[in-house]
Amino acid sequence: MKLISKALPSSEAFQANRAAHLDALAQIADAAEAARMGGGEKSRARHESRGKMLPRRRVANLLDPGSPFLEIGATAAHGMYDGAAPCAGVVAGIGRVHGQEVMVVCNDATVKGGTYYPMTVKKHLRAQEIAEENHLPCIYLVDSGGANLPNQDEVFPDRDHFGRIFYNQARMSAKGIPQIAVVMGSCTAGGAYVPAMSDVTIIVREQGTIFLAGPPLVKAATGEVVTAEELGGGDVHTRLSGVADYLAEDDAHALSLARRAVQSLNFRKAQSVDWASPEDPAYDPDEILGVVPADLRTPYDIREVIARLVDGSRFDEFKPRFGETLVTGFAHVKGCPIGIVANNGVLFSEAAQKGAHFVELCSQRKIPLVFLQNITGFMVGRKYENEGIARHGAKMVTAVATTSVPKITMLVGGSFGAGNYGMAGRAYQPRFLWTWPNSRISVMGGEQAAGVLATVKRDAIERQGGEWSPEEEADFKRPTIEMFEHQSHPLYASARLWDDGIIDPRKSRDVLALSLAAALNAPIEETRFGVFRM
Amino acid sequence: MGVACVAVHSEADVAAKHVAMADEAVPIGGAAPADSYLRGDVIIEAALDTGAQAIHPGYGFLSENPEFVDLVEAAGLTFIGPSADAIRAMGLKDAAKKLMEEAGVPVVPGYHGNNQDPEHLSGAADAIGYPVLIKAVAGGGGKGMRLVERSQDFAAALDSARGEARTAFGNDAVLIEKFVTKPRHIEVQVFGDGTHAVHLFERDCSLQRRHQKVIEEAPAPGMTDEMRAAMGQAAVRAAEAIGYKGAGTVEFIVDASDGLRPDRFWFMEMNTRLQVEHPVTEAITGVDLVEWQLRVASGESLPARQEDLSITGHAFEARLYAEDVPKGFLPATGTLSHLAFPQGCRADSGVRAGDTISPWYDPMIAKVIVHGRTRAVALSQLAAALDGTQVGGTVTNLAFLGALARHDGFAAADVDTGLIGRDLDALVQDPAPEPRHRVAAAMQALNLVETREDSGFTLWAPLHRAVQLSHRGEAFEADVQVAGPDRQIWRVGEAEVIAERRGGAWRVGGERLPAMSRSGHTITVFDRYGLVFEVIDPLERDALAGGDLNVVEAPMPGLVKAVFAEAGQSVSAGDRLAILEAMKMEHSLLAARDGVVAEVLAAAGTQVEAGAALVRLEEE
Repeated sequence: MKLISKALPSSEAFQANRAAHLDALAQIADAAEAARMGGGEKSRARHESRGKMLPRRRVANLLDPGSPFLEIGATAAHGMYDGAAPCAGVVAGIGRVHGQEVMVVCNDATVKGGTYYPMTVKKHLRAQEIAEENHLPCIYLVDSGGANLPNQDEVFPDRDHFGRIFYNQARMSAKGIPQIAVVMGSCTAGGAYVPAMSDVTIIVREQGTIFLAGPPLVKAATGEVVTAEELGGGDVHTRLSGVADYLAEDDAHALSLARRAVQSLNFRKAQSVDWASPEDPAYDPDEILGVVPADLRTPYDIREVIARLVDGSRFDEFKPRFGETLVTGFAHVKGCPIGIVANNGVLFSEAAQKGAHFVELCSQRKIPLVFLQNITGFMVGRKYENEGIARHGAKMVTAVATTSVPKITMLVGGSFGAGNYGMAGRAYQPRFLWTWPNSRISVMGGEQAAGVLATVKRDAIERQGGEWSPEEEADFKRPTIEMFEHQSHPLYASARLWDDGIIDPRKSRDVLALSLAAALNAPIEETRFGVFRM
Repeated sequence: MGVACVAVHSEADVAAKHVAMADEAVPIGGAAPADSYLRGDVIIEAALDTGAQAIHPGYGFLSENPEFVDLVEAAGLTFIGPSADAIRAMGLKDAAKKLMEEAGVPVVPGYHGNNQDPEHLSGAADAIGYPVLIKAVAGGGGKGMRLVERSQDFAAALDSARGEARTAFGNDAVLIEKFVTKPRHIEVQVFGDGTHAVHLFERDCSLQRRHQKVIEEAPAPGMTDEMRAAMGQAAVRAAEAIGYKGAGTVEFIVDASDGLRPDRFWFMEMNTRLQVEHPVTEAITGVDLVEWQLRVASGESLPARQEDLSITGHAFEARLYAEDVPKGFLPATGTLSHLAFPQGCRADSGVRAGDTISPWYDPMIAKVIVHGRTRAVALSQLAAALDGTQVGGTVTNLAFLGALARHDGFAAADVDTGLIGRDLDALVQDPAPEPRHRVAAAMQALNLVETREDSGFTLWAPLHRAVQLSHRGEAFEADVQVAGPDRQIWRVGEAEVIAERRGGAWRVGGERLPAMSRSGHTITVFDRYGLVFEVIDPLERDALAGGDLNVVEAPMPGLVKAVFAEAGQSVSAGDRLAILEAMKMEHSLLAARDGVVAEVLAAAGTQVEAGAALVRLEEE
């Protein structure tokens, strides 16, 4: 059924929405640009003067010419560590090498020598998690001094810290997910295990080094005076130690060798869905900026977005007359069949039941799920609690948590409270989670949170016979509102890798298609649901 | 004509075009001509086995070999061409000239005697007067031919002419001839039925490089009726004097220093076969010479009388070769990744796209023939045809041919056999590629001509990719930012070039993307007569596993058996510097690079450990 848009691109509201979204986008673009510049002009110039390619150039020359690059965490660590780690010091994302989707993790040595800040670790691990879940061969372009020492307590000891990188490498290799390392700079201390734990390792002559302890530490420990090249250079590792397998003359040669390594993987992509021939939407995706209200509180029909995402704007809506605040249905994105679960208002019991039903359908049919999340939460109040909205919500959460089909979540508006769970928020391990610049995420709205806190405070004051003026209450609430405002912003969220990145809403369709293509590298397993509270 | 054809082929030609076109094909031996195409006995056997009635010898190999004709006839088959006697009469050039003189055909002064003593030949040359030409008696096609300007160079030139003649013809006898200073090469096409002969007018083959014809035309520019009649009659006399049967060419040298005059042409030689350049004659006369050959060979008399033959318009033929022109016209090889000719010309080609120009045979790719109302029209047709000719996978002489087709002197019909030599530097000017050509090649190199719908997608900042290419040995890098499936921003050197696709067609730097072809690492951009680029594959710069190239080390513990290097000695990569005896085997230790030995660190008889340095080369 082709969707019919009611949007009027010439209307004032449309134009105002568009302008507001463009403003928000510009802010993200600035942050992405700062991340792209890594450690700054001076350090980039020094890097290049050594005959080394800058990290994004390395990535581009590894990938097929013109290959799309679905970057993850493009603004990771934004505003953190006093701005010391743009892009968290590591570029990561999915691209194609000889037509095969691969996960690339590339250290940026212009950012504090490529050392691992806590967010660097988190981003590296997230990239590995994506690779593992979606069966993507991993290529590590290594140029890193290892753990960032001043932050060692947040980098080294815990489960999801530095050591997990090598654990993941071993586990993925065991699952048949190829691990390839290209040593294009330092690989010191723990970092030495990235190449050592890889299936295939390439090292650049007189540029790449791998050692557990560098020359200064060796001298301090044993008094032995040795150059970095003699200690663990390319010649040593390809000829004597066997830590690396191929010796490259320079970056370009090393990247070509890595491409050749991918060519010989004999890696087969699982074919688990019935592809249709791709078709553009009948409505221009560019209009998303106009059809989505600038203010999150303004309701709108999510079908306006769906019409601009899916092939031919065709949407086979499921159960359209029941639980209308949740829109469910089947569509295609660039030929890939998907099931869409989209919010169109607050979640009621019926909507939650319908959501669970639809997730069951897609699981049965092995159709990937796309969640368009714009949710203030489940409906509250006595009527709803008494009719068991928690029970119905739990059904939906159970279905979303236990389905085996790939889930891709796009945060297109608010993400508040338990609605986040039912709509495949981060904790529900969607294969990818992308957010729009206008999105906001927090446990509840800032006003509501401040209101809750104020009510508790007022009760306490009044219990002790005190009084609390509206001015005092407003003063009390302001910091909470401001804190929520700050922390729910997508740049704050994305800096902390609560998502995989902020995207331009106009590119949502491409992002979905690439996410699906990546996800379908892994076969879709049979789903076994948990107990549904009936 | 309804004649079934059997092709013979060597091992190298098993998939050749002529084999594919024939009704039947018979392999006759190895790639070397001596093992196949020169094996008359095998060819005759093939003819008998397949029930053939006649053998057409083409225009190479055995086409002027009288012994072969005898063998063919002895086997009861028809040789499509003249009798063995006629070939013999013309085959030995000195005898041929004598014969022609007797028949009243003017000949160039020269020595055609049997005395092949170098002293005697040198004396004869002195008597004729320098400059002289030394020519192989059994020769043709410029092989075994040398121009000698001075007496003191004669001996060396003679040696080399003889060497070449021996290799090419198995006969090193030579003749000496006067060299005409302002010569034009004009030849007359004749056709005989064994008794009578007609001529099909002349061809001018003056555009030659080292006696190799480059562009031929018919009729000869500036030819008068009087001179044409004189030359035609002389040629017919020559053919009839030897009872010539079939197609033949009588070559004359013409002194054009004073225009074309009936008293200034001399017989040089007669080619007793169909010539490479016969299509220009076919074009202006409307006669299919091969058809005539078959008809006469099957017993018919001459298909036309002299008065029935006339000239219509003007024709050119350009010989397209796989040659590296800037490298001195070095024959080139390669697999033709692409081969296409424009409309409006006749392209006679023995190869197709996908075929290989092998080092075994002549590297000719095609003959491009045009026919127009006037010489000027035909010449502009030739230029256009050469512009539109596309050859991928090898370097060619196309640009050189194109420059000739646009040469002012040639256009003004001011031709002589020295034209190319005089203007060679300008004619071999290699057309330089513009940035847009480099970008086109880079697009092909990176497979960015055919893009995917998601080409160039990034979330935020675009990515830059680079590729290294070279043109004529000069390396350059092209950097691209793929901005989408239909837009790419390129940088080559200082130039930024936008590639944009509208309506399915790419425009690069504002111009339409030229057609291209790729074969391995070679990319040909079909503009400016084909610009050839090489993709520099980083994988071909494989790092040497040895590490320090300055030091030759013992690969394992052993006894130094011998040391061949000494300090100060120059060595080349791969030279054996020492022998190490270990594990009952002798290991040669080789120089990893060219260089000079700085010091020898172990003497013969020393027991050394693994990794011990044995010889050190000087730092580069």
